Amino acid sequence: PAVIREHRDCRWYSVSHLSVKERIDKKRTAALVGGGQKRIDAQHKKGKLTARERVELLLDPESFVESDMFVEHRCSDFGMEQDRNKFPGDSVVTGRGRINGRLVYVFSQDFTVFGGSLSGAHAQKICKIMDQAMTVGAPVIGLNDSGGARIQEGVESLAGYADIFLRNVMASGVVPQISLIMGPCAGGAVYSPALTDFTFMVKDTSYLFITGPDVVKSVTNEDVTQEELGGAKTHTTVSGVAHHAFENDVEALLNVREFFNFLPLSNQDPAPMRECHDCSDRLVHSLDTIVPFETTKAYDMLDIIQTIVDESDFFEIMPSYAKNIVVGFARMNGRTVGIVGNQPKVASGCLDINSSVKGARFVRFCDAFNIPIITFVDVPGFLPGTAQEYGGIIRHGAKLLYAFAEATVPKITIITRKAYGGAYDVMSSKHLRGDVNYAWPTAEVAVMGAKGAVQIIFRGKENQAEAEAEYVEKFANPFPAAVRGFVDDIIEPSTTRKRICRDLEVLASKKQINPWKKHANIPL
Amino acid sequence: MAAHRVSPSLNRLLFAVKYASFQSGGCAVHCNAQYSTVHSPSEKTFDKILIANRGEIACRVMKTCHKMGIQTVAVHSDVDSSAVHVKMADEAVCVGPAPTSKSYLNMDAIMDAIRATGAQAVHPGYGFLSENKEFAKRLAAEGVAFIGPDTHAIMAMGDKIESKLIAKAANVNTIPGYDGVVKTAEEAVKIAQDIGYPVMIKASAGGGGKGMRIAWNAEETREGFRFSSQEAASSFGDDRLLIEKFIDNPRHIEIQVLADKHGNALWLNERECSIQRRNQKVVEEAPSTFLDPVTRRAMGEQAVQLAKAVQYSSAGTVEFLVDSKKNFYFLEMNTRLQVEHPITECITGLDLVEQMIRVAKGYQLQHKQEDIPINGWAIESRVYAEDPYKSFGLPSIGRLSKYQEPLNLSNVRVDSGIQEGSDISIYYDPMISKLVTYGATRAEALARMEDALDNYVIRGVTHNIPLLREIITHPRFISGDISTNFLPEVYPDGFKGHQLDLDTRRELLASAAALYITAQLRSQKVLGDLRVSSSPVECSRWELYVQLEDGSHSVEVTKSGNVYTVEVDGGKVEVSGQWNLASPLLPLTINGTHRTLQCLSRDASGRILLQYLGTSFKVRVLSKLAAEFNSYMPEKVPEDTSSILRSPMPGTVVAVSVKPGDPVAEGQEICVIEAMKMQNSLTAVKQAKVKSVHCKPGETVGEGDLLVELE
Repeated sequence: PAVIREHRDCRWYSVSHLSVKERIDKKRTAALVGGGQKRIDAQHKKGKLTARERVELLLDPESFVESDMFVEHRCSDFGMEQDRNKFPGDSVVTGRGRINGRLVYVFSQDFTVFGGSLSGAHAQKICKIMDQAMTVGAPVIGLNDSGGARIQEGVESLAGYADIFLRNVMASGVVPQISLIMGPCAGGAVYSPALTDFTFMVKDTSYLFITGPDVVKSVTNEDVTQEELGGAKTHTTVSGVAHHAFENDVEALLNVREFFNFLPLSNQDPAPMRECHDCSDRLVHSLDTIVPFETTKAYDMLDIIQTIVDESDFFEIMPSYAKNIVVGFARMNGRTVGIVGNQPKVASGCLDINSSVKGARFVRFCDAFNIPIITFVDVPGFLPGTAQEYGGIIRHGAKLLYAFAEATVPKITIITRKAYGGAYDVMSSKHLRGDVNYAWPTAEVAVMGAKGAVQIIFRGKENQAEAEAEYVEKFANPFPAAVRGFVDDIIEPSTTRKRICRDLEVLASKKQINPWKKHANIPL
Repeated sequence: MAAHRVSPSLNRLLFAVKYASFQSGGCAVHCNAQYSTVHSPSEKTFDKILIANRGEIACRVMKTCHKMGIQTVAVHSDVDSSAVHVKMADEAVCVGPAPTSKSYLNMDAIMDAIRATGAQAVHPGYGFLSENKEFAKRLAAEGVAFIGPDTHAIMAMGDKIESKLIAKAANVNTIPGYDGVVKTAEEAVKIAQDIGYPVMIKASAGGGGKGMRIAWNAEETREGFRFSSQEAASSFGDDRLLIEKFIDNPRHIEIQVLADKHGNALWLNERECSIQRRNQKVVEEAPSTFLDPVTRRAMGEQAVQLAKAVQYSSAGTVEFLVDSKKNFYFLEMNTRLQVEHPITECITGLDLVEQMIRVAKGYQLQHKQEDIPINGWAIESRVYAEDPYKSFGLPSIGRLSKYQEPLNLSNVRVDSGIQEGSDISIYYDPMISKLVTYGATRAEALARMEDALDNYVIRGVTHNIPLLREIITHPRFISGDISTNFLPEVYPDGFKGHQLDLDTRRELLASAAALYITAQLRSQKVLGDLRVSSSPVECSRWELYVQLEDGSHSVEVTKSGNVYTVEVDGGKVEVSGQWNLASPLLPLTINGTHRTLQCLSRDASGRILLQYLGTSFKVRVLSKLAAEFNSYMPEKVPEDTSSILRSPMPGTVVAVSVKPGDPVAEGQEICVIEAMKMQNSLTAVKQAKVKSVHCKPGETVGEGDLLVELE
């Protein structure tokens, strides 16, 4: 390893120096093998990489600068003080490095050392790099693979968790924080990933839960496996705790590298701009026919997104959860943008509790990190029903409304078809400070669909069909919104990409400041 | 064809052809370089024509109409309301919902459309109502011209039994067989035994391979009888079948004829359509490599005899089977414009649609037999939305998310009726386009076809370009050694895509590695950000592992400018290009040879789907480090598919032959799916018990839908 080589040619060591040098070398060598070859083999056997291998693959070659390689745990109970129970670096590898030349701080929990359990020293190492990341303004990526608290250390371990939680909260909105769960993450430990901006998981080898299957069985008498309780599938499809799941460690790390390219380094940095090979004025002819004539017929919003963004490169966030809304990152003319779109293919693209929360969190991330938001609207309204009302659709729906209203980044909205009722207001409307709001010729901005509206306006009257036709003629088109200036223009769908690129150029210098407040009070 | 006298008018026409092809090199618009509509404005035909068809043929007809100054009316189903043929037409009328029986075959609605728009004539295209005598009659009754032959010719030639009798009487060579309708399966077996196996069972009203089965023994005859009559009933509403001797290993060669209402008839040379799958044509060419001038003339003259025997007018095609000794037998006559007519237009310079319109108006033919040249060579590939890896092509559906025809190349003609964003639905023929290339020689036309197929961008549906490209580059095809059994003979175990050899594997691996590095380097190009590390070593040498289906290959890449030098599998490959990561096409120079590859997809995990030599190859490029780590990653076990029967294509369930608990033997029929009017029997791949049935007759299923589970 490179670090050892630095010392080899030094000739001025005295004897005592030499012995120190030997000790340094020994410690470094020990640190590099973590819990030893046997445990490394066991890790590999489980289809998992070691903490160091993960860092090596995540970062640019030779860019990793490690810190705290010599830190050891300070526990003196239960035989922990013995030399054989001390591991230089303890159960986490920390430091900084680069991804495609861009700075990032990383910690990687080492399952081969005490199962990656969190000691006071372990926590201290993580806190140190988080503090540095905050100081210089660079993202933090945590690679989680830990059995939980270091029980031998008791409250010190708990304190360590809290120290990390505090830093997660302080860093929130200052630097992007990404958690990649690559093994167990249970108990209090789960709250660190939960506080970060993005949580990714590895299929079949990672778990997130507050209490494991055994405790669940003893408390609620439910029979459940680890995988069912807190596996990647559960959290990416049912709970919405995780934002993406990857096949294995290698895929996960390569994808996080790709994902990182979209993110700004901090809230003081602009959204990154990458060299783009796609023409900004490219016309997308297929969009002119994508919206079906029958308003009840579905189409895939992803088709629209993928053909509009640079090189069809769309990194979808939570692709398997609350699929009636699509969110994710893409680039327009090289610059990162956040995309939000109703998905007519799933539940007609309606807003419900889960999709509102999913959308709101994404919009707030973009706003916090200077990423322009492009919203594609085809929404028939909020989902009715007792399940939704009892579940609190009012306060959850309010989150999305709040997030769009509060956002001061450039906001461009395209109404592709339906924009009905309150959901129209919510979806980055002009009224919520949308900078540029477009309607496609197929847009219908109205309080509700024709049938429902006519039943109310002409209740009990005959000629419902005639009235319905009149309503469609008057309201099922973009004019009512356009004549009031609620949409800035009615555009040919094929020109959408060209216009967005042009608008973003203009909006790059947008400055908008919300009134001073200690912090806002989003309806959580 | 020895030297023939070229009339002055044709000379002018040929010049126009040459000029047009010469010009098309630089123009990106839809050029029909290979035929010219030399329309004289003084020759008045019709003011308005209704085209009772959809897709490419409707567009093709409208193109000529526009040139002749004729107004056009499109008819369309509701799902086709934004189709290309509707946009191209001056007027459009919706004639019903998506199913063809309710729209394009809906005579009442089409008659209404004719009345409403005041169209004076109808061009039926091919398929649909083109050979429907009832339709022709109704038009005649209302005094609307039918751009096609008269009713009696349609009637005479539309029935396979009758047409054979007429052909016999007109001294046209015919195939031995039973000249009557077969009523039952048992009768079929008896007749088959009399004629001698193999026999062909086909629908009397049939065409296009539908309702056609070959049988080699009694059991197959019974099964074939059942399928053919079902298919015939659903496709043509007529389940009458006939049986004839099946000529093994024949070539399918057809003669284009053109006749007027004044008793003049011409043969416009042949088209060879031997490359077929399930009796449907895939690749056609004109002229045929097989015919000598004597045989050509003999066939042409017999075709004209037949046309004259039925007082044929308009364009028509007389199909022949030709055996290895150049004996030819009359197969059938198609009384319509044929799908593959463009290749005839290419080599003769005639616009067949224009000629049909003129003839329908009652004009005499402009040409004499000696005026008809064979000018160069034309090849047509039928580009279908289908999966060539399943029985040489099972229909696929989807939306053309990206679509780009190779019209930037010279001497390429693409007849299509779709565009980017169009849907290929289960309701209609899955043909995407007819790709035609033209050259002074066959070799030239073939080389262009290769290039055209490589430059054809189709995304969103599975297509048969891999198969087309393999066919036109196969040594047997190149040498002209083909027959209608070409596909099953060349690919006895089914089509498996292009098989790489050492050199082409190296080229593929090198291209993938170079593309990967290009994308990696681009990721580092963050613009205007001062916080990006300025120090990193400008890397110019990489060690990679590239995985193909056959395993992992160690690859070393060095880069200088746009040129990558790749050492792989003991060889060195130099790859250069523009490396545009947004373009679907990757025009590369590989070891000095120009090749267009296509990048179908690329992901963060190094997976690249590359279309190379027509076939798409799954490649995965990993850095040396990632490859090493990847070896620790567990193999995920794929689903055991032997117990699961999934629908191989989108379609309708016609019959389910089993219920849960039934024991099934290997090869036993489980259910029948109908797609594009073809019935496909799905069978068990192992002996087992039926666990559950997830479909019922009448249900629409998508590709990959679970139909039946076995235990």
